[in-house]
Amino acid sequence: QVEQVKLLDRFSTSNKSLTGTLYLTATHLLFIDSSQRETWILHHHIAAVEKLPLTTSGCPLVIQCKNFRIVHFVIPRERDCHDIYNSLLQLSRTAKYEELYAFSYNPKQNESERVKGWQLIDLAEEYKRMGVPNANWQLSDANRDYKICETYPRELYVPRTASKPIIVGSSKFRSKGRFPVLSYYHKNKEAAICRCSQPLSGFSARCLEDEHMLQAISKANPSNRYMYVMDTRPKLNAMANRAAGKGYENEDNYSNIRFQFVGIENIHVMRSSLQKLLEVSGTKGLSVNDFLSGLENSGWLRHIKAVLDAAVFLVKAIAVESASVLVHCSDGWDRTSQVCSLGALLLDSYYRTIKGFMVLIEKDWISFGHKFSDRYCQLDGDPKEVSPVFTQFLESVWNLTEQFPQAFEYNEAFLLQIHEHVHSCQFGNFLGNCQKEREELRLKEKTYSLWPVLLDEQKKYKNPLYNPDFSPELTLLEPNTVSFNFKFWRNMYHQFDRSMHPRQSVFNLIMNMSEQNKQLEEDIKELEAKIKRRNGQSDAVLMKECQQSTHPAPTALKIPPCFKKEQPLIPVADAVRTIEGSNTADNRYSEFVEEFSKAEPAVVSLEYGVARMTC
Amino acid sequence: MEFAELIKTPRADNVVLHRPFYLAVEGTLCLTGHHLIFSSRRQDNAEELWLLHSNIDSIEKRFVGSLGTIIIKCKDLRIIQLDIPGMEECLNIASSIEALSTLDSVTLMYPFFYRPMFEIIEDGWRSFLPDQEFELLTSVTDEWRLSCINKEFSVCPSYPPVVIVPKSIDDEALRKVAMFRHGSRFPVLSYYHKKNGMVMMRSSQPLTGTNGRRCKEDEKLINATLRPGKRGYIIDTRSLNVAQQARAKGGGFEQEAHYPQWRRIHKCIERFNILQESLIKLVEACNDQSHNMDRWLSKLEASNWLTHIKEILTAACLAAQCIDREGASVLVHGTEGTDSTLQVTSLAQIILDPRCRTIRGFESLVVREWLQAGHPFQQRCAQSAYSNSKQKWEAPVFLLFLDCVWQILRQFPCSFEFNEQFLIMLFEHAYASQFGTFLGNNENERSKLKLPQKTMSLWSWVNRSEELSKFQNPLFEANSLVIWPSVAPQSLQLWEGVFLRWNRPSKFLDEAHEEMFNIIKYNKELQAKVNALRRQLAEMETDDRMQENL
Repeated sequence: QVEQVKLLDRFSTSNKSLTGTLYLTATHLLFIDSSQRETWILHHHIAAVEKLPLTTSGCPLVIQCKNFRIVHFVIPRERDCHDIYNSLLQLSRTAKYEELYAFSYNPKQNESERVKGWQLIDLAEEYKRMGVPNANWQLSDANRDYKICETYPRELYVPRTASKPIIVGSSKFRSKGRFPVLSYYHKNKEAAICRCSQPLSGFSARCLEDEHMLQAISKANPSNRYMYVMDTRPKLNAMANRAAGKGYENEDNYSNIRFQFVGIENIHVMRSSLQKLLEVSGTKGLSVNDFLSGLENSGWLRHIKAVLDAAVFLVKAIAVESASVLVHCSDGWDRTSQVCSLGALLLDSYYRTIKGFMVLIEKDWISFGHKFSDRYCQLDGDPKEVSPVFTQFLESVWNLTEQFPQAFEYNEAFLLQIHEHVHSCQFGNFLGNCQKEREELRLKEKTYSLWPVLLDEQKKYKNPLYNPDFSPELTLLEPNTVSFNFKFWRNMYHQFDRSMHPRQSVFNLIMNMSEQNKQLEEDIKELEAKIKRRNGQSDAVLMKECQQSTHPAPTALKIPPCFKKEQPLIPVADAVRTIEGSNTADNRYSEFVEEFSKAEPAVVSLEYGVARMTC
Repeated sequence: MEFAELIKTPRADNVVLHRPFYLAVEGTLCLTGHHLIFSSRRQDNAEELWLLHSNIDSIEKRFVGSLGTIIIKCKDLRIIQLDIPGMEECLNIASSIEALSTLDSVTLMYPFFYRPMFEIIEDGWRSFLPDQEFELLTSVTDEWRLSCINKEFSVCPSYPPVVIVPKSIDDEALRKVAMFRHGSRFPVLSYYHKKNGMVMMRSSQPLTGTNGRRCKEDEKLINATLRPGKRGYIIDTRSLNVAQQARAKGGGFEQEAHYPQWRRIHKCIERFNILQESLIKLVEACNDQSHNMDRWLSKLEASNWLTHIKEILTAACLAAQCIDREGASVLVHGTEGTDSTLQVTSLAQIILDPRCRTIRGFESLVVREWLQAGHPFQQRCAQSAYSNSKQKWEAPVFLLFLDCVWQILRQFPCSFEFNEQFLIMLFEHAYASQFGTFLGNNENERSKLKLPQKTMSLWSWVNRSEELSKFQNPLFEANSLVIWPSVAPQSLQLWEGVFLRWNRPSKFLDEAHEEMFNIIKYNKELQAKVNALRRQLAEMETDDRMQENL
């Protein structure tokens, strides 16, 4: 615990700060300012801690978080700062899974609730919903003991005509044994999205079983005899892989395939792209042009567009041509997950519901072995394995919600919350790199699932404009992917920089209003019932009255009670309309004083509300 | 001149109209003196397009065999294409449109011919008179007076006949000050901040020249607005460099020695062709759907449009800050005081004054700070983003102002009584309109053209309840606070409602908007119902109680 710590605003040019007390707990860093507002930072969220050179006011400590929060503390005594620095370094790095927060986190649920929580998402149920198994697709037990592919789930769906030897043969010809399996089945078109890893084709190698496997997939689709094979990598990368004995399918060896590269960059490019993006958006006193050119140089939006373009290509093949599509990249767990899941999201409105989105993530990301632990650096590991692939998926979905405001049951907060928990390691869902590893960690026994928690608080994540009839089941969304439709996701990258956000949120207002509408509907019912009851009573009274003689009532008594009742009607809406920006303690207006002319003596520099001469 | 002389071919059949995101429609094209009319003439759902010639920014023609194609680019940024069979017909129509859309004389413009089809409830020409504005002022302070010095536009041709000046300065002094200011635009009151009695004034640059001329009356005038012992700020909308260079041409800036109580701040806001080019580049970038991401972002950057937005907003915030937070009076000027000066003074008022965020108040602001203040609309809005003329006086100064307002509106969506459509409507009418409001360059020209007698005011039309309902923001709840917008680049956005309006289908966004509107409407209905029921119940209770008392 350290007192008199200052928290600086990241973008403010003035030296304004909040003073408060800093606490370190086993799991969190806690800052409480003088007005008792609390800032909690989970140790797992800390990406980097940096000590800056000593200043007159104390020792500055900058903490960068994985959820793009950056906090800047100034600690009065250097020794304290050093202690905190060291503790944080230790606390934020975890070497073993068992030390992660999820293993100690207890949300006050009993055992049966926990078990039920883990059963909330049932993938077998989901495949049934899609319509498999059926005449052409069946559940294969080939990987029941993770013998064929360690990074796949136990339950895999394959064409009925794909026999075990074909599966085994094909898996030997695919990187990491990730042979083609079903990811999504489109009932109406009878077409499938399948996924796998790259073939070990080198320059000329071929594998008959693998060729049979692909043929089995295209034959499982009665409405179209050819199928697409999408290699989501840039052509150059795929060709370079051939030298390492890997590569891509040769159209001559496979009958009836249409091969297509779609050019999504690899995890290393994506990692450095995000790094560049964060550098730009974190710059103080950024000019518009520096921001735009930084955005361009980072390539981030280009990558998002590439991912969505690939998904649009896949969707067209299925919806327009009724052709099945096989998607792969190198190992088939990054770009392949992005494209398959986005494709399914565009095709099937179920994935645009809250529950459906959980299922989608569970299916295409968690069960198919997206390496969450490595990609999101949950343990102290190889920094080269880190990459924001799942973040890009969420951002692509966000872009879709912007284009189709009524098509999604969930809102931005839902996406942000999921992103938060990918890093938090508070729940078991995103721990580990594949299902096998998760079973070994016995996550279902030792940790809790995130999904029931999100479902419990789904009020917060509901899109008030959602219209389930907007796109009936299996009607596809056709997003416009012209460049100007892609925007910088301010609420993701500046989620904690309140000064940058609109000061009044239409979204929250509408959300509260539609909540309130429900409440009002109930009130009306209740009131109507009461009135009815009273009417019954007063009729009885009237009857009596008629028998007795009536006196004129004094009118003055009539007015008061009814008006008093109206006033406390809507506390909800009022609370939303408070405007953060307009109190005197605001930091925003210091933004305007940065560029005072300094060329001439005796020109004033306004600094945080106090005029000073700078001669 | 007869329009008929210009119309060589008044009508053409079998013309095909192409618009983005709509199916091509075949129909008949007619040219009249002021409109291009296309009618599909289909019985089932006849579709008609009426386009004002004055809305046409540029026109291109192409031929493939005998099929001619005319591409019409409008000032509201829309582009349409007409396929006209027959080369001669096509050429005739193209040249007629060209002639009709570039008429020299103002009096030939449509507003002089337009006859309203609606009942006029309130004459917009008389809705916002300076006397009314002054009356409001006198209820809070008596330090100002209405001066009729410019009655015949004899002192300053670009000022209105009456202006508000400090009470202690007589007309004789004003005349001397006018001699000392560019275009005779002497400092006048722009805004009075009721909260602390601070004021914002605007003027043009002082004519100090190279030898540092001074004018005692000018100093006295602006000092009259200061409280004893208080400082004021002069916001010069030029960079220091530009201001210094202006001295060579007889202009200049206020010297510290002569204005010791004032601190000068330079905030560079661009003008003229730099802005026009910025608009042209931006629209070019938005219209090309084939740009990949890098190219789109670099084009957006190269247009500098958002940079201008940031500069203008920053200067306006600074002015507002000086007044509200520093408790100081402010004088704003650039060179002529008719462009960037007005952007700053009007935006500062939107930040400071809740009244300017109402529909009526915003209209009054546009009248006061733009029309009466002498922003040369006719010159600035002669052409828009597709112009080839590159005239120095063309510049989207007003559009930039509207864009800035939109940025603030986006950040404070509940604090404005009007919606985005209102701003878009003003943009359209500033460039091409059936109303006379934006004709002419100043009040002097407007009175010579007898616009109030001969044309209809935009406000007469807008302020009818049928129209108003389209422009009302359902989220509005009066907010009496000062609203400080963020000017960080992450907070500024491209105004899609104007710049992407014709480039993408807006169906989904429109429907979402409607749904939002419905939720709000439903909420109001429910609340009313609950209140009514509660009242009913309460009455019953009182009745009962009385009964018991009896």
